Amino acid sequence: MRGILYTRYELLRAIRNRRFFFFSIGFPLVFYLVIAAPYRNNQNFDNSGISFPLYYMVGLTSLGTMIAMISSGARIAAERQAGWTRQLRITPLTTRDYFRAKVLTAYMMACLTILVLSLAGALLGVSLPAGRWLEMVGLILVSLAPFAALGIMLGHLLNVDAIGPATGGGASLLAFLGGTWFPLKHGFLLELGRLLPSYWLVQAAHVGLTGHGWPLRAWITIGVWALLLAIGAAWAFRRDTKRVA
Amino acid sequence: MEDAAAGAGISLAGLTKTFRSPDGPVHAVRGVDVDIPRGQTVALLGPNGAGKSTTIDMLLGLTPPDAGSVTLFGREPRTAVNAGLIGAMLQTGSLIQYLSVRELLTMMAGMFPAPADVGEVMAKTGLERIARRRTQKLSGGETQRVRFAIALISNPDLLVLDEPTVAMDVESRHEFWEAMRDFAARGKTVLFATHYLEEADQNADRVILMARGQVVADGPPTEIKGRVGFRTLRATLPGVQADELLALPGVSSAERRGEAIILSCSDSDQTIRALLERHPAARDIEITGGALEDAFLALTADDAEPVAR
Repeated sequence: MRGILYTRYELLRAIRNRRFFFFSIGFPLVFYLVIAAPYRNNQNFDNSGISFPLYYMVGLTSLGTMIAMISSGARIAAERQAGWTRQLRITPLTTRDYFRAKVLTAYMMACLTILVLSLAGALLGVSLPAGRWLEMVGLILVSLAPFAALGIMLGHLLNVDAIGPATGGGASLLAFLGGTWFPLKHGFLLELGRLLPSYWLVQAAHVGLTGHGWPLRAWITIGVWALLLAIGAAWAFRRDTKRVA
Repeated sequence: MEDAAAGAGISLAGLTKTFRSPDGPVHAVRGVDVDIPRGQTVALLGPNGAGKSTTIDMLLGLTPPDAGSVTLFGREPRTAVNAGLIGAMLQTGSLIQYLSVRELLTMMAGMFPAPADVGEVMAKTGLERIARRRTQKLSGGETQRVRFAIALISNPDLLVLDEPTVAMDVESRHEFWEAMRDFAARGKTVLFATHYLEEADQNADRVILMARGQVVADGPPTEIKGRVGFRTLRATLPGVQADELLALPGVSSAERRGEAIILSCSDSDQTIRALLERHPAARDIEITGGALEDAFLALTADDAEPVAR
């Protein structure tokens, strides 16, 4: 009950925070339109048989949702600086309620990003069978779990000054190594990428391109990262709440 | 319900906390024992670094003590907080943004089992006029009032205030203490930390004086005031013996440094009148308010015996 109430106000605050909202949702959208709109008639991107707008729709969906998840850390860091985390600790709100609100808010932002990019894709002539789109969205949501934990962990580890560069830089690196910008075809980068959750997030989005499902390795990699980062987030939270002046 | 537990107030027993720092361990709190019966208004008075905030953090369960225990109305801090028995205004803190004052208070009220009425709390804390304003658009004084309202929202039996008036102007201060006294008048318990002797004197039934992590005095405000409220009188006055100076009314200690005399006075008004009458040659007279900090340090340095009530 109190957890749901807190989540509701958390969502409300995320929507009302116009700058956060605009940059979270607007950035991937603008990026997408700038890249894909000039080539909206290219139906055979890189001789793959895949249309240009579709390719970049799924690519930016993976990037945009990842950023939406990690950026919850910035909001946590700001709340910590305001002393709000301490204020919450003298209420009956449990750590579980708190984490749930943060994760759900991040997921809400990610879902809005998916929706906006899908609509923009449709505008540029992308059409996907409903079943394939749903499978893609489902797998994207699953593969975002580690990033939800990463955002919370960073939010409790870093202060307001450091969190921006850390999340921005971290997301760029993860996106690059995950193959968001160009496909990782072979060699060391591919091997490295396949160990990262961002690679499988991109692969989840690519389900929209190819219709090929997710291998077992994807489930395991995402599961392990989600677990490790959740432990990391819990550790950072506990370390942080021991004593904050 | 067990009557004994319900009637019990607040008990801090042997509280100890040491922090690690680059310069070695900091003994923030060194064995604090305090019992506060239900209904008392108590000031925790002391200079910065006396251990007031750390004591309060341990009382609220925000910081685990290295040793000792906290009991609030017969319960552990966490249990008492969950039951909504404790309201607190922490020393540092602003508000989360993008909610109106009313929304924020409604959200906080919703977390507690038997909260106060949001409208009533807003009326008491003077927030009705700005109920619809977003929290990020409030002034410093308004923010403090909202923080006070948050402390009251669970309908607590104990109110804990850590330096509550630091960011307030004179008028807000006045209104704040009025609201606080109104709360206390309903038989509730209040513990507030301050480094203003005056605030403690005017608003508390009892003053607990802390210095260097320990309780150095504990008693009614008048008694504490007598102990720390002295002023220092300096003057140039050659040829008068220290014991002559000590004989002046209101002087608690006298010192000579060359031609200068330094008197510690419990009543500097009386002292100066007598001084000018008996020693008209005194010149360059200077009276300074006893810095609390000095007084506290004196209390711990010399007769560091904690005063029993």
